Amino acid sequence: MKEKLVIIGNGMAPGRALEKLLELKPDAYDITIFNAEPRVNYDRIMLSPVLSGEKQFDDIVIHGDAWYIKHGIMLYKGCKVTSIDRESKTVTAASGLVEPYDKLVIATGSVPFIIPVPGNNLAGVLTYRDLDDVHAMMLAARSRGRAVVIGGGLLGLEAAAGLNEQGMDVTVVHLMPTLMERQLDPAAGYLLAEAIKARGIKVVTGANTRQIVGDKRVTGVELTDGRVLPADLVIMAVGIRPNAALAREAGLAVNRGVVVDAQMHTSDPSIYALGECAEVEGACFGLVAPLYDMANVLAAQLAGDNVATFKAEVTATRLKVTGINLYSAGDFAEGEDRDEIVLRDAAAGVYKRLILRNNVIIGTVLYGETSDGPWFFDLMRKQTDTEALRDTLIFGQAYQGGFPLDPMAAVAALPDDAEICGCNGVCKSRITSTISAKGLTSLDDVRAHTKASASCGSCTGLVEKLLQLTLGDSYNPAAVQPMCKCTDLGHDEVRRLIIAKGLKSIPAVMQQLEWKTSCGCAKCRPALNYYLLSDWPGEYVDDGQSRFINERVHANIQKDGTYSVVPRMWGGVTSPKELRAIADVADKFGIPTVKVTGGQRIDLLGVKKEDLPGVWADLNAAGMVSGAAYAKGLRTVKTCVGSEWCRFGTQDSTGLGIRLEKFMWGSWTPAKVKMAVSGCPRNCAEATCKDVGVICVDSGYDIQFAGAAGLDIKGTELLCHADTEDETLEIVAALVQLYREQGRYLERIYKWAKRVGTASIKANVVDDLEKRRRYHERFVLSQKFAQIDPWEERINGKDAHEFAALAEFGMPLPVEQA
Amino acid sequence: MSDWIEIGRLSDIPRRGARCVNTSSGRIAIFRTMVDQVFAIDNRCAHKGGPLSEGIVHGGSVTCPLHNWVYDLETGEAQGADEGRVRTYAVEVVDGRIFMAPDIALVAAGQ
Repeated sequence: MKEKLVIIGNGMAPGRALEKLLELKPDAYDITIFNAEPRVNYDRIMLSPVLSGEKQFDDIVIHGDAWYIKHGIMLYKGCKVTSIDRESKTVTAASGLVEPYDKLVIATGSVPFIIPVPGNNLAGVLTYRDLDDVHAMMLAARSRGRAVVIGGGLLGLEAAAGLNEQGMDVTVVHLMPTLMERQLDPAAGYLLAEAIKARGIKVVTGANTRQIVGDKRVTGVELTDGRVLPADLVIMAVGIRPNAALAREAGLAVNRGVVVDAQMHTSDPSIYALGECAEVEGACFGLVAPLYDMANVLAAQLAGDNVATFKAEVTATRLKVTGINLYSAGDFAEGEDRDEIVLRDAAAGVYKRLILRNNVIIGTVLYGETSDGPWFFDLMRKQTDTEALRDTLIFGQAYQGGFPLDPMAAVAALPDDAEICGCNGVCKSRITSTISAKGLTSLDDVRAHTKASASCGSCTGLVEKLLQLTLGDSYNPAAVQPMCKCTDLGHDEVRRLIIAKGLKSIPAVMQQLEWKTSCGCAKCRPALNYYLLSDWPGEYVDDGQSRFINERVHANIQKDGTYSVVPRMWGGVTSPKELRAIADVADKFGIPTVKVTGGQRIDLLGVKKEDLPGVWADLNAAGMVSGAAYAKGLRTVKTCVGSEWCRFGTQDSTGLGIRLEKFMWGSWTPAKVKMAVSGCPRNCAEATCKDVGVICVDSGYDIQFAGAAGLDIKGTELLCHADTEDETLEIVAALVQLYREQGRYLERIYKWAKRVGTASIKANVVDDLEKRRRYHERFVLSQKFAQIDPWEERINGKDAHEFAALAEFGMPLPVEQA
Repeated sequence: MSDWIEIGRLSDIPRRGARCVNTSSGRIAIFRTMVDQVFAIDNRCAHKGGPLSEGIVHGGSVTCPLHNWVYDLETGEAQGADEGRVRTYAVEVVDGRIFMAPDIALVAAGQ
């Protein structure tokens, strides 16, 4: 019979230990985990990007439910262990469940330190520790009120930046004179404070909290100098302390944390402890690298290897706030026996400092430009004598040897044991040898097999270069295709950041996302204009100069510079009055060609640009509006005559087509959207090759989507069945809204569907009625600002400059040169 | 500048936009960039005669609306892999008013 291993806690350290144990000795134990949090193991380091809106919880899950099932591990979620009985070797949970163990691992982590001041238990005072805290903060942030973050360390600043991104007015209160004083020297602390302030976050240093003010709910924070900072939310982020209560009650040796030896044994030989709750040689740890080292030692122990021991090593720190680069490692206090090298570039916001003793680097602080951090860290760990490098050392690895190395050569020059991933302690040779041995070809592969770049992700660039070096030309960074030459970001990334950072203008996007050109190009500007229009309905002001000429003048440019004009014919139905108006317009303006289109309407071709407003005015007068035949938006809804005339018709397909078109016209979409409604499965309206098609049947309406009949020919896929016209309208609107929010500019529905998968689309607009309702609601909202006839606007003078020359010289132009 | 010809005001042209000056021998496109530089070039793309004034203006360049040729507004040279050029004209902005060099009169006369 297998030994029974029970683990109390399901954080990153025990998760890593289990992974390693399953690798070393897959079937050694019958494993049970108690997690006080009601969820799986996730990457706690990445809570800050979740708070700022840059990531979702799903993105930071380390082990999904399937992983536990696959390895036969029993995971109790939301189940807190309340006592350990060492005599009978059992643990008891709050639910009353009693579980026996042969070996027990205590991994209870840490609890946030609550400063002992009056008012610290008021409603609205939160800590920053787990996903529940993040959710509570995001909820509180919806009020757009004022937040005070107590603590200007790593955690406090990440919380402050996240709440600021969520729209709160944030003040950071810090006891010491400079921020992050444990990781940064005062100069870098000052630069950091300036960068934090530049984001609109207030910073109060040297500030001691006297009490938290409020009656039931927090209203402010009072400092010892008498100042009161108003607050609707207070976050305590002053530090953590090991959560050793359970071990203490069980009678184990406990100081600050649960005392363990270098092999993770507690004072009871059957019980181990690791992670933030453990204390080794008088020290407790909070950064992930040493915790993962403990995990490796514990896994070795459990697998029967008694050689591995834990040794505390220096670790490096990075701040995870988008746009702020800082890196620090080692000891950077000033002293008699120490030298330092400092480089400052105020204009570029760069500060680099190396602290040396006997020519050996013992500490480094980098701000603004941190790419050499791992190299300095490597020199520090190896205690390399840097005397020969001294003159150029501060300029970084690229300048060694007299001329700058290109970044690829710099990575190639790193020694095999150079640490690439600080979070997971992965060195260069482990990555390159795994790539070769396992035939890895992508970043995701490397993450899966080595864990490098799988935690905070700041070494992703290095890992990609190693892939390139190891695989040579065969490495194809499936990576993101940049939007255009103006940026390295892909469409999805840009869309995500527009929302996450609340960017509401093209200049804001270009500034915040570090566009490489001052004014974009003809590829990115129309895309950005669409994304902003789609994401901020009613707020974003359309930028006509970022639209292709057709959408700027609401007509289709032809090869000779003239335009074609297509009025809407709702559902393909017209009338004698409309036809007469069209005929009159064609005569009056000498329009050379009148043609019926494939979408059941009439095209007037060869209209001179300056005649456009006149043509529109006459068509408008007859009740016709722009057909948007030029738009990345809703084009036509083609119909057959349906039950009104046809002997086979099952429903009123013409009526439904008109309803759909009247509901959806004016909407801007990533690419054009063509629709059709057929009255029976004979499908005379050809609905099964449209972006969205409806086939009427006796029992209702089959909603089809993702067809194509252009460059590609593709039949539609069935999305779902609807019983009524109203339901059909709601589903189609939700589908189109999902596409509007996820589609890449110029990506038709069938390509989008292929990329995101039909299942995910169905999950959003078919299976989950609540989600469907929300997408539909957002579509309806955006239509409020979209259903304005552009022709009428221009007849009334909008963009008049488009339709008249600036000046005329000499004789009037002959027609063929117009 | 006494014999230069005023063709309009800077504010008549939108930023990152263009308008035309019509002459008897063709149109000249007058561009205004994001930073209020003004350039004048022939309104006919060297490729298929596309109206360059209808293109998207980015930095000091314009992209032709027909087949995406990109021109440097200052030199009239096609950029990237495409080869060709369009004629450029001297323009000056004084006090928000746009002036063209007198050779516009010769162009207007078809010479």
